[in-house]
Amino acid sequence: MNASETPERIVVVGASLAGLRAAEALRDEGFTGELTLIGDEPHAPYDRPPLSKAVLSGWLTTDHTELPRVRDIAARWLLGTSATGLDLRARRVELADGRQVAYDRLLIATGTRARPWPQQQGGTLHGVHVLRTRDDADRLRTALAAGPGRVLVIGAGFTGGEVASVCRDLGLEVTVVHRGDAPLASALGGVVGRAATGWYRDAGVDLRLGTTVRALEGDARGRLRRALLSDGTVVEAEVALVAAGAMANTGWLAGFGLAADAHGVACDHTCRALADDGTPRADVFVAGDVARWPHPLYPGQLLRLDHWDNAVAQARTAAHNMTRPPHDHRAHRPLPAFWSNQFGVNLKCLGLPSLADQVVVTQGSLDEHRFVAAYGHRGRLIAAVAADSPRVLDGYASLIEAGAPFPPELNATDGPDRLLPLDAGFAHRPAPVPDRPTVPSIPPAPSLRSVPAGHE
Amino acid sequence: MTTTTQQHTASDLFAQALRYENRADPYPYFAQLCRRPVVPEENGTWLVSGYHEISRLLRDPRVSADRRRPEEEQPIRKSLLVEDAPRHDQLRHQVTEQFVPRIMGLRDHIDGLVTGLLDAHTSQRPGQLDVVGDLAYPLPVTLICELLGVPREDEPVFGSIARRLTRGLDPVETQTEDELRELREARGELVQYLEGLIADRQAAPADDLLSGLMFGQGSDAPMDPIDLRVTLALLLIAGHETTVNLIANGTLALLRHPDLLARLRAEPDLVTPLVEEVLRYDPPVQMSGRSTLADIDLGGTTIPKGSRVRLLLAAGNRDPRRFSDPDRFLPDRPGNAHLGFGGGIHYCIGATLARTEAQVALTALARRLASPRLVAAPPPYRENAILRGPDRLLVSFDRLTPDPRSV
Repeated sequence: MNASETPERIVVVGASLAGLRAAEALRDEGFTGELTLIGDEPHAPYDRPPLSKAVLSGWLTTDHTELPRVRDIAARWLLGTSATGLDLRARRVELADGRQVAYDRLLIATGTRARPWPQQQGGTLHGVHVLRTRDDADRLRTALAAGPGRVLVIGAGFTGGEVASVCRDLGLEVTVVHRGDAPLASALGGVVGRAATGWYRDAGVDLRLGTTVRALEGDARGRLRRALLSDGTVVEAEVALVAAGAMANTGWLAGFGLAADAHGVACDHTCRALADDGTPRADVFVAGDVARWPHPLYPGQLLRLDHWDNAVAQARTAAHNMTRPPHDHRAHRPLPAFWSNQFGVNLKCLGLPSLADQVVVTQGSLDEHRFVAAYGHRGRLIAAVAADSPRVLDGYASLIEAGAPFPPELNATDGPDRLLPLDAGFAHRPAPVPDRPTVPSIPPAPSLRSVPAGHE
Repeated sequence: MTTTTQQHTASDLFAQALRYENRADPYPYFAQLCRRPVVPEENGTWLVSGYHEISRLLRDPRVSADRRRPEEEQPIRKSLLVEDAPRHDQLRHQVTEQFVPRIMGLRDHIDGLVTGLLDAHTSQRPGQLDVVGDLAYPLPVTLICELLGVPREDEPVFGSIARRLTRGLDPVETQTEDELRELREARGELVQYLEGLIADRQAAPADDLLSGLMFGQGSDAPMDPIDLRVTLALLLIAGHETTVNLIANGTLALLRHPDLLARLRAEPDLVTPLVEEVLRYDPPVQMSGRSTLADIDLGGTTIPKGSRVRLLLAAGNRDPRRFSDPDRFLPDRPGNAHLGFGGGIHYCIGATLARTEAQVALTALARRLASPRLVAAPPPYRENAILRGPDRLLVSFDRLTPDPRSV
């Protein structure tokens, strides 16, 4: 069939948040044909944000994390089997078990996986964990519940901070080793990062900044015993969490004609996947953590977001466009938004702070755990982060979208008498941003700047 | 010149919407106002009637909840309704910590109260019920009294005070000299009443919200006596004068849509979206006030720093740019993010309680009233324009059956 015709078979590869919400949205859009969801995990779609919080703390077991269903989707579920290949011409997805599934429209929503610890440096030891899936969370929860003498967390990003925070709540000793000068600094900059340093230290975390792990060492039975750090010290620990970022699940697409690489699958603003010659495919779409696309607010690069809200919104846009002719397609250009909870602080973020050159506290104060920090780039407001003020932050959305002047004149009643912008304190200066949106060069080189994965 | 004409028109439309003759249906005027979502009145107050514009201002850090004119009498201490961060946040936290645990798991108790109120009118013969006086008013009053620790038998005292005070929320130009004098008297009476109550509880603490605030719990320090009185007054009036309209307006919507009444009998789950649609279509709180701390641009119109702003929630709820078929009552409408409870940091603290009360009350009416009919269409309305609702809502019925679940 032709791409402009009504699809009869839609296949969604990836049965997590984006895949499920896309399937529901397809039915909402009136798609009545055959719908197939393919997922490599055996579980029905579940929610990931609770894994690093409520599940680890023991408040929630993973069988209670299943995603609520918005509507009946009458789909064929192929769970516990991964996609291994794609035939764009024949319009078929190949599965690990040898089956082939034909489609008229394909949605790629395979997400990301946790970056593992190198095997030769102790990655295979018992007690070394990552945290991305339900099964990961069950294993880590079991390990924490056993009461280890010390937990080592490698990386003080969002996941690392959440896990370290839960460990302290559980009364466990924690050492966090972080390459940068401050926790969260690659995503939120040095100013907020220094405030976060205080949260870690106040919670009693042994925080080692500017430090890396050289190797993990085990005993004769292959159980983790210690970590050798770059400063020459040794940390004794039976449990380690490797929180070193995420990698796109694109290996199954290699060599099949799409612009996919370790950074994700490139697509256009309407979620259409790009072929490796840079032209959009009319029959293949991308949504969620695996997608990279041009966003008018962030010209000159392809954006990839590990954000819960983005997965839902992009899934809906993709579903709409999959069932409509091109003239009826919608663009996906949400304001990035994510949140995290750690050390008793609710963090919420709008926009992309990592592109900023300056930051200013507009409400509250950094010392009080309760503040809003606004981020500017070349005199324009581009992002805002709120600590323990989630409702307040909504008010910044329209200012960011409008590119309001920075520092913003708010006169907020809980703001400082005078706004004092500081250097945002990102380790790498932002790449120059052109004045006008540019079409990214295709095939995508490694991203101009890797946009730091936010969190949920 | 065009601008002047528009200003006149907007002020006129707003004045029309406030006129008592139009109390039963101010919506045609709101609809006309909504065509110019952000517009100044001649007196310098800005009228905001667009959904997106209201929504933005409710969340904008450049906006203060203090809406008084500088020449107006300043209170000793602001309640959290008109207070800004950071003091607002402290007060709100103290109230939330006390309020939220007390309203959790209240549904069965509310169900019991509703059953009791309707049992008093059970009849196998045709009869009449005043839904306001017999159900919509006594239910929230009983609940807020229980929660706060205010003696229910004092209702004649504080009920009368509350009625006079809420009229005082309306635009001052719509009030008579007598009403303004009554307002001052009512304020004095309320201070006296609450101070007496606080002194009683100081001497004999109980397990209620008043005691909780007074002595402090968890991370919160005890509330000082003035904040305590101001907060108590706010909760008592909010508990008195808002939910009553939600239940009455919901009943009115059901009586005007017999198909929905029949559906609600058959599908009790319909009540959840139905109450949300009441909050959109006929909200108990019709408008809210703010002032600007900086120049604010809204889609090309700039509200200057230092302006008073009226957010016409009831108009925004029927903004055709946000809601399709805005003047139709459609409980099934998707994405009904109405402005009925406001938004941002001042979002209604009692929203969950009000929703539960309305859901339980409307379900019970649908279940127990046989062939209900509106006696007067429209029913007589109260004077109040902001906390707007029927004064009485007489409903005639063929039977008011006993609760079928208790048989």
